[in-house]
Amino acid sequence: MSSPLLQLEAVTMQFGGLRCISDFSFSVDDGQLVGLIGPNGAGKTTVFNLITGVYRPTAGKIAFASKSVIGHRPYRITARGIARTFQNIRLFNSLSVFDNVRAACNMHLRHGISHALLRGTGFDREEREIDSHIVELLEIFGLTAERDSSCRALPYGDQRRLEIVRALATRPKLLLLDEPAAGMNPTEKVELMKLIRFTQEKFGLAVLLVEHDMKVVMGICQRIAVLDYGKKIAEGTADEIQHDPKVIAAYLGKQTHA
Amino acid sequence: MTGRPKVLLLVTLVACAVLSSFADEINPYYYDVIIGIGINIILAASLNLINGYTGQFSLGHAGFMAVGAYSSAWLSLTFGYSFGLGTFATTTTYFLTLVAGGLMAALVGLAVGIPSLRLRGDYLAIVTLGFNEIIKGIIQNAEPLGAQRGLGGMVQHTNFFWTFAFAALTVYVVLSLVHSTYGSGFLAVRDDEIAAEAMGINTTKYKVLAFVVGAFFAGVAGGLYAHFKQFIHPEGFNFLRSFDIVVMVILGGMGSTVGVCLAAVLLTILPEWLRVVDDYPWLPEWLRPITENRMILYSLLLIILMLTRPQGLFGAENFRRKAA
Amino acid sequence: MIEFLQQLVNGLAQGSIYALIALGYTMVYGVLRFINFAHGDVYMLGAFTGLYAAPRLLQAFGGGPSLSGAITVLVVAMFICAIIGILIERLCYRPLRERPRLTVLITAIGVSLFIENAGQYAFGAEPKSFPEIISDRAIEIPESLGALSTLTITIGQLIVIGVTLLLLIGLRATVLHTRLGMAMRALSFNPLAASLMGVNADVVISFTFALGSALAGAAGILTSIQQPSIDPLMGVNAGLKAFVAAVLGGIGNIPGAALGGVLIGLLEALVVGYINPTYRDAIVFAVLILILLLKPSGLLGKAEGEKV
Repeated sequence: MSSPLLQLEAVTMQFGGLRCISDFSFSVDDGQLVGLIGPNGAGKTTVFNLITGVYRPTAGKIAFASKSVIGHRPYRITARGIARTFQNIRLFNSLSVFDNVRAACNMHLRHGISHALLRGTGFDREEREIDSHIVELLEIFGLTAERDSSCRALPYGDQRRLEIVRALATRPKLLLLDEPAAGMNPTEKVELMKLIRFTQEKFGLAVLLVEHDMKVVMGICQRIAVLDYGKKIAEGTADEIQHDPKVIAAYLGKQTHA
Repeated sequence: MTGRPKVLLLVTLVACAVLSSFADEINPYYYDVIIGIGINIILAASLNLINGYTGQFSLGHAGFMAVGAYSSAWLSLTFGYSFGLGTFATTTTYFLTLVAGGLMAALVGLAVGIPSLRLRGDYLAIVTLGFNEIIKGIIQNAEPLGAQRGLGGMVQHTNFFWTFAFAALTVYVVLSLVHSTYGSGFLAVRDDEIAAEAMGINTTKYKVLAFVVGAFFAGVAGGLYAHFKQFIHPEGFNFLRSFDIVVMVILGGMGSTVGVCLAAVLLTILPEWLRVVDDYPWLPEWLRPITENRMILYSLLLIILMLTRPQGLFGAENFRRKAA
Repeated sequence: MIEFLQQLVNGLAQGSIYALIALGYTMVYGVLRFINFAHGDVYMLGAFTGLYAAPRLLQAFGGGPSLSGAITVLVVAMFICAIIGILIERLCYRPLRERPRLTVLITAIGVSLFIENAGQYAFGAEPKSFPEIISDRAIEIPESLGALSTLTITIGQLIVIGVTLLLLIGLRATVLHTRLGMAMRALSFNPLAASLMGVNADVVISFTFALGSALAGAAGILTSIQQPSIDPLMGVNAGLKAFVAAVLGGIGNIPGAALGGVLIGLLEALVVGYINPTYRDAIVFAVLILILLLKPSGLLGKAEGEKV
């Protein structure tokens, strides 16, 4: 078996006296759709922040494509092939839909500042390439009509879609989605599930999904890990997880014997 | 859009050269104001790159101007005739001192930009203010630069062409940078640094670059100023001067180069207009404070602007909303 | 050694002034997360209130400098400055509460410049002489204390330190034991929770401004006892130093502001005494930049992170 794309080994994250993540080991293979669930405050977003370099783990190893990502700036980690969305949407609010995606194309520029200033044919060609790439992406995700509107004018669901498009523009191998279904109604959630499946297949990505909504996760994830108070309490297929007593207890709270 | 900005720049430069030849026909007082407008355009447009497009609140732009002014003044006083006495030689030397002044200022911009990496908003503003004061303090204690007495004796090389050629260049550089995929980095840093990093943008590079480029042009403006007024003094580059430039950027609308250029024109003319009005014998007494001390008007203007239209004349609407 | 003690005394007296002003910065930052650039100018207005009110007030107490006269002037100045603080907040900052921080920061700069320049216009830019509200002279230290008798300690300095201590005790009592004080602390910890618990943010914020401004006004009077020459721009330098003091102590932290004020005062005195008076301001700025780069949360403050 080839080595996993993303591998976390015994990762621990401590903020002062608070241990957020304890001894967390986990991996994602190429092209897999994996879910990470757990009650509120379990540490799911912290895991994302650790993987993407926003935090540095107190202990443990995190490797992407067999190379450690610990200690690297987030933009470097994105360059390696990890992209993400955020729990609270973080779009570039003053920019249009089109330019939000364009900002994410910045990292793949072949030409630098001198080209932006001198504006030769190389510059024009590359800008045109980028433009058509963005048009393509927006087309795939149905955002072409709004391409020049301010991203804040979009309805909530479209904003979430835009965040995903923007992340895809960085040409990742692994996509981290942080509660993409938050704030959506059941119909939108179904659409989202289809979208994630579609994205994964079309772009050949691995996807790590953090979600609160069990139906979304169970519906599309091949494998699921469950966090509670920063510890992994279960891992397996949707079926296995659903019937795991520890998982049920975690979500329903420790009950006195029924 | 192929080549159009460059063609526009070239045309503008030629126009400047042509107009410059008519400079002698203009009333010297108006000429003074016009050069002032050109210099302020450079200052406002360059500050706008830092404050408006990259969202770094810099209150010390006059410090960069001072570095450029003193560097180029000292160089031209010391080496002004090194290449010869002819017009071509002295003009080339002058041009080189301007560039050198800009480069020195850019270096200082680098030094100021680095703290900006760790500080946000209010704190960054204070630190840039501090740097402005420190630069002024250093000049005040530097004998070769005239210290508290000021530095004078520069030849008046600055004319319409040089001023507005550089103004055009500044605007061209800022606009070209910002309106490109490369430049989307600046805007992303302004809007959301964390998201920008997550999208692969090296936020450090862009913040520092904004300071360096902004400082460079402020330095050039300083050199132009030094070779126009022919005398410079450390107090001329204090916080109030920085504040003047900040007001232009805010009035024009941060993030709108056209807006800040217009604001630069307006706010260069305003004090002159106030001077004229102040002389009117029929001016009512209660207006005197405003005409005699333009800072009273400026600060009132700023307060009212912030309360009613914080996005300035041309700024984007999003400056009205609460920061995320 | 004596030289050192002398500078210590000088530093303590000057530091008390900075502490009083720094408290205003820190309290406002605590409840609003905002640096009130105009605060230093309230200190100046306190001094000028005293300038114009003292002659009239002293009349009621016999005409010359007196303890009761001085206390009255102090109280009146504090009261007027409190009102000014409330007015500024009401007119210029409250409408901007939902706006980006940059907007209100710029407004604060505008207010500061307006007060300074309007002050120059209204009061005249030249320094004025503050009337004597209490007789200031060096106290006689008995020869029997040996070398200590060469120290110059003035009544003015003792008054400044003493009144500052009293005001600090009063402030502590207010913040810890009154409902408004508790509300202030609640607001600074968690604005949303505080308002959900029934704290009226508007009232508490006005109260905070009033408190801070009153202390700044007191500082204005106290400083004028020692240095009777006042001018409309005196708030610029003092304000900046007091701000550095607040940051040094940990902005938002009340004991921190007092500590920071004293430390900056001492630092200044030592620089003047041992290094070179001309570097006094530069060193304070250097301190600011150092703290912000090394430990932005200050000596007693806690680091605040951004939620990702």
